[in-house]
Amino acid sequence: MLSFLVRRLLSGIAMLAVISTLAYLLMFMTGTDIARNLLGQNASEEAVAARAAQLGLDQPLLTRYVDWVSGALHGDLGTSWFSSVPVTELVGQRLGVTLSLVFLSTFFAALVAVIVGVIAAVHRGWIDRGLQVGSIVGAAIPNYLVALVLVIVLAIQLKWFEPTGYTRPQDSISGWLMSITLPVLALVVTTVAGVAQQVRGSLIDALRQDYVRTLRSRGLPEWRVVLLHALRNAAGPALSVLALLFVGLLGGAVIIEQLFAIPGAGSLAISSTSQGDIPVVMGLVVAIAVIVLVVNLVIDILQGWFNPKVRIS
Amino acid sequence: MSEALTTQSAPAADPETAVPSLGRRLLKDPLGVGALGFLLLVVLAAVFAGVIAPYGWNDQVLADALQGPSSTHPLGTDGAGRDVLSFLLYGGRFSLASAALAVVVAVGLGAVSGLIAGYFGRWFDSLGSWAANILLALPAMIVLLAARSVVGPSAWWAMGIFGVILSASVFRLVRAAVQGVRNELYVDAARVSGLSDVRIIFRHVLRVVRAPIIIQVASIASVAIAVQAGLEFIGMGDPEIPSWGKALNNGFTKIYQQPMLVLWPGLLIALTCLALTLIANALRDALENTGATQPKAPGHAGTPGATQSSVEDVPLLEVHGLRIAYGVPGGVKEVVHGIDLDVRAGEVLGLIGESGSGKTQTAFGIMGLLPVGGGITGGRVLWHGEDLVSKPAKELAALRGNKIAYIPQEPMSNLDPSFTIGYQLVEPLRQHLRMSRAQARERARELLARVGIPDPARTMRSYPHEVSGGMAQRVLIAGAISCEPELLIADEPTTALDVTVQADILELLRSLQQDLQMGVILVTHNFGVVADLCDRVAVMQEGLIVERGDIREVFADPQHPYTRQLFDAILSEDDVRPAYVAREMAR
Repeated sequence: MLSFLVRRLLSGIAMLAVISTLAYLLMFMTGTDIARNLLGQNASEEAVAARAAQLGLDQPLLTRYVDWVSGALHGDLGTSWFSSVPVTELVGQRLGVTLSLVFLSTFFAALVAVIVGVIAAVHRGWIDRGLQVGSIVGAAIPNYLVALVLVIVLAIQLKWFEPTGYTRPQDSISGWLMSITLPVLALVVTTVAGVAQQVRGSLIDALRQDYVRTLRSRGLPEWRVVLLHALRNAAGPALSVLALLFVGLLGGAVIIEQLFAIPGAGSLAISSTSQGDIPVVMGLVVAIAVIVLVVNLVIDILQGWFNPKVRIS
Repeated sequence: MSEALTTQSAPAADPETAVPSLGRRLLKDPLGVGALGFLLLVVLAAVFAGVIAPYGWNDQVLADALQGPSSTHPLGTDGAGRDVLSFLLYGGRFSLASAALAVVVAVGLGAVSGLIAGYFGRWFDSLGSWAANILLALPAMIVLLAARSVVGPSAWWAMGIFGVILSASVFRLVRAAVQGVRNELYVDAARVSGLSDVRIIFRHVLRVVRAPIIIQVASIASVAIAVQAGLEFIGMGDPEIPSWGKALNNGFTKIYQQPMLVLWPGLLIALTCLALTLIANALRDALENTGATQPKAPGHAGTPGATQSSVEDVPLLEVHGLRIAYGVPGGVKEVVHGIDLDVRAGEVLGLIGESGSGKTQTAFGIMGLLPVGGGITGGRVLWHGEDLVSKPAKELAALRGNKIAYIPQEPMSNLDPSFTIGYQLVEPLRQHLRMSRAQARERARELLARVGIPDPARTMRSYPHEVSGGMAQRVLIAGAISCEPELLIADEPTTALDVTVQADILELLRSLQQDLQMGVILVTHNFGVVADLCDRVAVMQEGLIVERGDIREVFADPQHPYTRQLFDAILSEDDVRPAYVAREMAR
């Protein structure tokens, strides 16, 4: 198990290195053009050159990249070109909000998906057909449209929630819960049926295995066969889906944050993209790649816990 | 980083007929036809926007801003006084065209690289899979935003890049499909007959991957439309062009003044995405041939009541007129056609026949453990004179493992891989005999020692994949006899084992049977095994019992030609077995 994890960790770090290198080279490739973009097309050549020099963009790409990497390894991702705040500080502040949103959504989506998936796999019938319809519709309808419907019905018509805005948990826990309910709901509604469908599928596969018949031949109660044995064996594929779900929600949160005016990493990505604040965008890419890496590692550990073959070999 | 990231696997398609009949079957699916019709309408409306639209997309009349639907503005006007209908019609051009760009890039890049990786393999395969992992590691939205900070707000660039990201999923799909067919016989034959790789790919391989790619195109188009509109909606779109997402954004900024403004673009985006997903789904359904039905158990029809004999004469188990059937597309297929059997306490009955004769189905039917889709359609299974077919599931479960036990054929697949052997042995002991954990563990160790396992304590801690096949079969036997059952049903208990182990297992079964005085139904295809262990034998062929009797009588004077045929098989067992095994594996 340990060597397996070390292997996964190393391959994850290699991938992180590749992603950040590619991202850096692609984003900073153009050098002085970046300065021109920042100043607008009407700026003079001198002004552009001065700005490029100020931002270090006149240096060769490779030199800049080496500087960036050595900084990154010491936890320094540069400073924002617009606010002069260190990138790590900016990203750190915003990422927490996004992560709370995404983790809560993943948790609720997984919880509901397991319950619905098990019921659908065992009972089939209308709940199974309903789940199929739900997963098709959920996969098709973009989450921001669901969010819009939620805002119009629950916030504007019924006035149960504020349509937009964010309350920090340190200011008011209940206010925070109120402000993230609709975003989380929008993210969960569009993903839960798809995940439930996967749980259903892998549980049905597990229930078809020979050992399930043998367990039944031993007279174990049906709930034990399904919830203990089959579900545990179905956990592997279901966990893989969870990793996928997490990455999907991370992307989905970008639009949802913007829609609900939540100051998370997504809205930071949007504002720094439109300003051309490339160091911040770069920092966000690295931070999100790290998060995806960590989440995948955690999923690997859980896989090992569920599947003794992974754990022992 | 992301082996966990998998794309939906495509169902295997019949290479010859997949695509033409796919289209035809899609047209039989009312939802698919509806979705296709809607999509066609949307595309035509976008193409002929210049003719249909009452205004230009950017004709602003500020005085008319935020009007409701009227005869001059069928869908009203937006905050800048533009006609919503015209804006959406022209916007459709860009929304659809940019999504189409993403699809073309994704399929072009993904299909070609997937074909090469799947067909030729080697370094290109590793490189491609690795690149696909990288492309799918980050959320697409983040990548698109990062790209926008460099290349600027062009919708075409954004969708081209999105196409590159999506190509990773097409790559995986095509690669897997091609790998699946590369070693098929007809591809081999083509290769042997000297066809060049290029011609093989065009003639045989493309045919197989065509259908999955078409399905994928529909799903990708749906995602691309959603993402493109999403970018526009959050203001990260292309300022030069009208689009559905921008209309949604315009509406959202005026949501308090004119909530209807988000309705039209929202509906349009939702319905278009839904239509594409429904088409993908209908195509997938058409590929996967479904429609099996569950046979209905008719209760107890057609069996004359069992004559009640005196108590001491009642066998352990009596089977009368048992019929078993499976639902198949378009009907029901009967595999056991009304058979009679009986087993007395302490007696070993051999149920012999080749694979497909229905003997295993009979065994499952007796225990009430037929696979999904199968059912008992007639007859009775009497346990001490009491019918099991009509018994509630819970009472049947209380008998199973306790009074009626089962030993499967394939030891490795019949132990739950996620639990230790000890755990799996302890469970039924606690369930049936209400033992404490410590008692049950002690008893499990004794059982393992009884079935000849050298280090029971260690085996208790082991997982199934850590023991050999012979050991696993001993574990399963220990589990079956743990509650000292009255009847043991053993389904080919030695077939999957090495020849050297087979004799030991048979010997173990014989000694256990004698110790516990169990009745046994031994399901086998091997007359040698029957001769070794059984008191009586029933010969089964094509779902019927063709001969039965005392083992010595049947051996001395087999009546049915099929019995004689099985006899001949043991005389030349060594020659017959490999072929038999091969056939068994092919099933």
